[in-house]
Amino acid sequence: MTSPAGTTSRGRGAHKRRALGSRALFLGPGLFYVTAFMAIPIALIVSYAFLTRGRFGGVRLPLTLESFTRALDPVYLQVLGNSLLIATTTTVLALLIGYPVAYAIARMPSRWRTIALVLVVLPFWSNFLIRTYAWIVLLNSEGPLNKALLATGLRDEPIGLLYNRGAVIVGLLYAYLPLMILPLYASLERMDWSLLEAATNLGASRIRAFFDVTFPLSLPGAMIGAIFVFVPSLGNFIVPELLGGGKTVMVGNLIRDQFLKARDWPFGAVLALTMVTFLILLFALQAAVSRRINGPRAHA
Amino acid sequence: MRSLGWLRLPLLLTYAFLYIPIAVVVVMSFNSSKMPFTWTGFSLRWYGTLLEDTAVRQGFLNTMVVAVGATIIATVLGTLLAIGLARYTRSAVLEAYALTPAIVPDLALAIGLLVMFSAVGMTLGLHSVLLAHVVFGLAFVAAVVTARLGQVDPSLEEASRDLGASATATFFRITVPSLAPAIIAGALLVFTLSLDEFVIAFFTDGPSTPTLPIVIYSMVRFGVTPEINALAAVLLLVSFTVVIAAQRITRLTDSV
Repeated sequence: MTSPAGTTSRGRGAHKRRALGSRALFLGPGLFYVTAFMAIPIALIVSYAFLTRGRFGGVRLPLTLESFTRALDPVYLQVLGNSLLIATTTTVLALLIGYPVAYAIARMPSRWRTIALVLVVLPFWSNFLIRTYAWIVLLNSEGPLNKALLATGLRDEPIGLLYNRGAVIVGLLYAYLPLMILPLYASLERMDWSLLEAATNLGASRIRAFFDVTFPLSLPGAMIGAIFVFVPSLGNFIVPELLGGGKTVMVGNLIRDQFLKARDWPFGAVLALTMVTFLILLFALQAAVSRRINGPRAHA
Repeated sequence: MRSLGWLRLPLLLTYAFLYIPIAVVVVMSFNSSKMPFTWTGFSLRWYGTLLEDTAVRQGFLNTMVVAVGATIIATVLGTLLAIGLARYTRSAVLEAYALTPAIVPDLALAIGLLVMFSAVGMTLGLHSVLLAHVVFGLAFVAAVVTARLGQVDPSLEEASRDLGASATATFFRITVPSLAPAIIAGALLVFTLSLDEFVIAFFTDGPSTPTLPIVIYSMVRFGVTPEINALAAVLLLVSFTVVIAAQRITRLTDSV
């Protein structure tokens, strides 16, 4: 290590020191904060997964894989399978509903687009618990939907709309649908519509043109939307509790209970790692898909 | 709009799906009856009940303390970080690392912070919620400011230095004003996210200082009451106003 100030001009050395100083001033506090309040906490979770449960919460030695083998119990595998099923169903429904909506907004005259998008996003900015609560009201056995059903005479008595898997899916869909529509819209809005015209001019049917031209071009947006919906759905414990009535247990409920009720932190850590692993696999899939889509075009 | 054809149907159905549940709650908040599902007439009595509810009032104050504190700290740290990432390093890895708190699942962050706070022996309370909210807040501010930095001409800063302004003067008179719309937008984003944040607060808060979302959670678990309807209506009004105001502010400052 030589001192630049000693060998070259004194001014350049001072300048370098100042640049280093401002670099530390700008980057230091934020990176320190992210390390202390995100990286270290996540690293703690990973290490706790290999430790033994403490007698009154917390953890102790020795190192063990016991929590991992416990997670393979069919009871827990079923909860995990159930969570994946619910999150996947929610994501697929969001795509099916969100696609025509995003497409319609992208094809609107530009002065209508902003207001149409704001109307999609607005409910998303209200309190999550309140939005979930609204469905407790709506699906209640004495609620408006059941009253309407009784009034039409289709049913003689109220039906149980609340506290089942369907109610959980509707609640998640309601909460996260805007997160599907926004990225879909962003990718459709950038699209070159003349490609579609070219396809139909060359004799492709409108359906064929959609699946050969429009849909592949909107796939990156669909993948991002799918991640935005799937990730918060999988880890959710509020909607299953409030709309599933404790009968539909998801992995989020299990994790919450290990940390706040059962006080089995190593097992909770294993469950959390399992959940995060599925999310990382999903990100890897997304990266692979977008590489496949962008790859051929980069060469063309 | 004529060109949309049959696409108007899914569009209208989706808007109905998004707004009918909210509208039902707002209408029911004006019901004078104590029975939540029997309409007996228009009344504002539940708004009065809400004002006198000390748990709700204390929860609101706690939430404001956390949201204001977290917004100030996250805005400063996030802005510095974004400038540092753009001006002093080209590392994509560092940038990804700095933005990760915005995409980590809230439950994973929540249990990690709970474990860490207990490992260092920190008692839980509003201060721990505030510290937790800063970490995702600064990532959101950094993301918004980074996007803006791409559009700001760095030659303005160079010109200022060439004309003899000190680094500090250049920072406060050139860099910060040119980033102002993004800094304001980022701060508003953190503020609204913190106001509504439940999962992380649920894990990192102490039992004697519940934030408003935690108070709401303990209320909605016991079913439908007219008072929650009134609270829901007030919160919807507040968040809709903030979102529309934020849109106006960013558009206004963007055009300057």
